[in-house]
Amino acid sequence: MANLCEFSGKKLLATAGIKIPKSKLATSVDEAATAFREIGPCVLKAQIPTGKRGKSGGIRKADSLEEATDMAESMFGMDIAGHAVKKILLEEVADIVTECYVAIMNDTRTKGPILVFSTMGGMDVEEISQQDPSQMIFKPIPFGDSISREFLKQTIGHLPHVTDKMIDTIQQLFQVYRSNDAELLEINPLVITGHGDIIALDCKFILDDSSIYRQEKLEGEIAPEIQTELEMRASQSGLKYIELDGNVGVIANGAGLTMTSMDAITYFGGKPANFLEIGGEAYTKSREALEILLQNPNVKSILVNFCGAFARTDVMTEGIVKAWKELKPDIPVFFSINGTGYLEAIAMVREELNLEPCDLMDEAVIKAVEAAG
Amino acid sequence: MILRKQHRVLIFGITGKQGTFWGAEMIKYGTNVVGGVNPRKAGQEHLGLPVYASASHAAQELDFHTALFFVPPAACKQAARDACEAGAKVVICLTEHIPVQDVMEMITIARLNGTQIIGPNTAGMVTPGEAFAGIMPGFNNKVFKEGSIGVISRSGSLGTLVCLNLAQNDLGQSAFYGIGGDPIIGTNTREALKHLNEDRKTKAIVICGEIGGTAEEEASELARTIDKPVVAFIAGKSSPEGKKMGHAGAIVSGNSGSYKAKRGHLEKNGIQVADIPSQIPGLLKAHDGLS
Repeated sequence: MANLCEFSGKKLLATAGIKIPKSKLATSVDEAATAFREIGPCVLKAQIPTGKRGKSGGIRKADSLEEATDMAESMFGMDIAGHAVKKILLEEVADIVTECYVAIMNDTRTKGPILVFSTMGGMDVEEISQQDPSQMIFKPIPFGDSISREFLKQTIGHLPHVTDKMIDTIQQLFQVYRSNDAELLEINPLVITGHGDIIALDCKFILDDSSIYRQEKLEGEIAPEIQTELEMRASQSGLKYIELDGNVGVIANGAGLTMTSMDAITYFGGKPANFLEIGGEAYTKSREALEILLQNPNVKSILVNFCGAFARTDVMTEGIVKAWKELKPDIPVFFSINGTGYLEAIAMVREELNLEPCDLMDEAVIKAVEAAG
Repeated sequence: MILRKQHRVLIFGITGKQGTFWGAEMIKYGTNVVGGVNPRKAGQEHLGLPVYASASHAAQELDFHTALFFVPPAACKQAARDACEAGAKVVICLTEHIPVQDVMEMITIARLNGTQIIGPNTAGMVTPGEAFAGIMPGFNNKVFKEGSIGVISRSGSLGTLVCLNLAQNDLGQSAFYGIGGDPIIGTNTREALKHLNEDRKTKAIVICGEIGGTAEEEASELARTIDKPVVAFIAGKSSPEGKKMGHAGAIVSGNSGSYKAKRGHLEKNGIQVADIPSQIPGLLKAHDGLS
């Protein structure tokens, strides 16, 4: 998932004219000290793409230079939910009078963007919804280049603290969402200060994966996902590979069939070692897929489950068979092949590997689970 | 819609490698393909059919009902506008990785023009014995047989597996309805369920869902109110939370989209859920008139 860290998201907000607190990014304790000298008493915020930073000690307030450097020192060594803290944002303390919650996100149900708003900011959405669901407004936004004032007035105009300035800010947020292909843009809290200013105190931004190609400026800002070495190698080869803790290796085509193969392994008492799909445009990459799978030392047997629609099973099987003959893995493999090109594919497995593919998936799964022990 | 052999299909991208391969298979199967679109090859013939610069050019010379897209992601928005404005009743969009906000715009344009969008990221539609449109092995008679089961699937590969399980148990299909694996799609599970419920040939319906989103939950509310038996399989029980499982739409975050939540919702609404696809035929045959 293409998450942006808070500081990257805030740059986008500032570009759209939304106020953000005075802040500086530090990548070392020295830089943190310099930032403190410039800003004064401030909040140190670990820049990692995950929520719950506050609860893990990733957000702390420093009143003195000494405090700031001590905190920076301990924070730089921290690991929060698997993310090593490498950047800290030092931010001036805001004069908070009211905290609101606002998000614009893609909504599956209404097939368009949806506005989520509450004047009970600061808490997370689940907390607000649990405490008082009536305080959470969910409203589908008519899709277009902008969001109209009339729409916003009708939707949230009746709420306390919703001033013209607030409506301006939400219009600007929609610009950020639209022009940067956000999947989710969440500001929590969006605060109203003693001077009546509206300031975005936090920013969660998820970029739509399918839009990365046209958001080049954001590509470098995407926070790296936590990946194993093999997962990284796989994504470099254009394969979707997720390592799991089982011992039955899975190669299947298509997301649905791959998940189903894992479920069947579990159903028959085994544990899948991975998710690895070579469907869609990746169906020619079965060789790379097999190589990656074989590097996981936990894999004790392999299930090759193909149900070709777009992905031709003969092409996928050819890659596997060739690689198998070259690499000669000392692991049992079980095939189930159906759909587009299956007759050629089955013949190939018989002739080249001297193996008999199973007629249906279950049989291959049961054998693979048994062989893995 | 349920694809019929009289439905006139215009293929965008017919001259490309995939458009040519699948277009030829569709024609051979009996799909009423009437022409193609490729702005750079307008005026030529391909697969024995005329190629037009756009759907609006095609509409000046022929009628068409369905536009089938073999179109690269960045070009889909414009192609959808063209097809909708030229009068397509249905757009089947096979393309994966279209920017989601483009998809929203496509759906908005379609609504304005009264067009139904199926997909994106769908494997297409199959009506065994009549026609198919898309990248499903409609021609493979081990997988697809004429019958009375309607199958809805977010995934082409899982849909193929389920249809294979049905066919091997003498349960043919009235229609395969591929809705697509993207988070935002033109026709969702509930709407596909409604169409299959209205189809006279369909006697029972299988929902092949997967983790992520709330499409199956919404459909289950409708499923409760219809007379035809509905059974489901949800892929992703053993998938880890917080990871996109290949499909952009297949992700569990918190409680939303989880296997447990989906299965609970479906069962609460009286829909039987199979643990693995091979149980689906048995669940169907337990209903009167389907064995």
